Amino acid sequence: MRSGFDRELDLLNDMLIEMGNLIESSINAAVSALKEQNVELAKRVIEADNEIDDMEKEIEERCLKLLLRQQPVAKDLRFISSALKMITDMERIGDQAADISEITIMMAGEPYIKDIVHIPQMAEITIKMVKYSIDSFVKRDIDLVKKVIHMDDQVDDLFDIIKNELVDIVRENIEHKEQVVDLLMIAKYFERIGDHAQNIAEWVYYAITGEHYVY
Amino acid sequence: MNRKDKIVIKDMDLYYGDFHALKNINMKIKEKYITAIIGPSGCGKSTLLKSLNRMNDLIEGLRIEGNILLDGKDIYGEDFDVNLLRKRVGMVFQRPNPFPISIYDNIAYGPRVHGIRDKKRLDEIVERSLRLAAIWDEVKDNLKKNALRISGGQQQRICIARALAVEPEVLLMDEPTSALDPISTAKIEELIEELKRDYTIVIVTHNMQQAARVSDYTAFMLKGDLVEYDKTEDIFSVPKDKRTEDYITGRFG
Repeated sequence: MRSGFDRELDLLNDMLIEMGNLIESSINAAVSALKEQNVELAKRVIEADNEIDDMEKEIEERCLKLLLRQQPVAKDLRFISSALKMITDMERIGDQAADISEITIMMAGEPYIKDIVHIPQMAEITIKMVKYSIDSFVKRDIDLVKKVIHMDDQVDDLFDIIKNELVDIVRENIEHKEQVVDLLMIAKYFERIGDHAQNIAEWVYYAITGEHYVY
Repeated sequence: MNRKDKIVIKDMDLYYGDFHALKNINMKIKEKYITAIIGPSGCGKSTLLKSLNRMNDLIEGLRIEGNILLDGKDIYGEDFDVNLLRKRVGMVFQRPNPFPISIYDNIAYGPRVHGIRDKKRLDEIVERSLRLAAIWDEVKDNLKKNALRISGGQQQRICIARALAVEPEVLLMDEPTSALDPISTAKIEELIEELKRDYTIVIVTHNMQQAARVSDYTAFMLKGDLVEYDKTEDIFSVPKDKRTEDYITGRFG
């Protein structure tokens, strides 16, 4: 019954995984470029953002087509409407990886004032959050959803640590103020990526349970 | 994909006596696509469908102007064989109408009329048609059963199998699921999607959601006019005519 529709839903699943893979490698590359001050790699991240934008449009079109043609109800309706909301967050994550890379390019000439330890830590967690949030959708895994939501607290904590460190640096030496602002922005972008991953997880929660996640 | 036009309707007008039922219809129906015709009751959609294999011929006072071309040949032309036309353009009706004979004989009826007598050949045709209509597994052990003694959904698939048995090129369906429950409807819809691989299908439906689900092209008719005819996705997402929009959004009249 409705095997054609089920095939279409599987295809939608596959496309979300593919878009997930794209943003995951984008964040990975953005982090490497930042650490290695690799301008070429940073440029590639910015270029890859177009691909992510295209993917968003493609998935959006497919979702709208499914809504129009299949008139989904119950879990099918939740699944497709959640997918529509998720891709907005996924697209924003792609933008933020590109934004980070733009700052990386601007800072490429100057050595870093401090070891950027916590930023890669933040990156590592947010990459996992993104991966898990999409996995949770594909596998309809509530436990994974909750894990993502809890991980966001770690990201927020790291952001506070970085912010305080940067404030201390500026206090000691006002000369570094520009780089401090740049690094703060990068940290903020990672913090936002975490928020978007959390949004994705919350949509997955809705798709599975039919209810909004309550803290 | 560029498909050939299987049926071309040109400047067609149809009158029942004084009543002008179809007004200057122009429409190209693509091969191996599903084309849906929607519109309120009395808009002429069934009349148009029936014109495609001359099922209206016997209606008194019927007059048709213009042309309907099947593979480029005018089906209302003098040299066009009506029996051959109905073999090439099969039809499935709103209410399942199997003959009150066995399932087997229902399917074999058309091929026999067209001169096939060989038992083995008929067996093959019956099995192939029932398989195509996705009902073989349900009836294969009961082929001698009277076709009226199975469910409505099964009867309708028997009727589709019967239409397929004479190997038509076009299948006309006049609200084929309106008398069926949702599960039987879903089965028929899935079957229709399978069939478009080999057949050109034209389906008249009251059910707009059904048109959106199954068809590639949709025609919207109103009071004998073909108001809009376009890709189904365009009709249902950005209709060009306000009347189409009003009808499909339920703001009609």
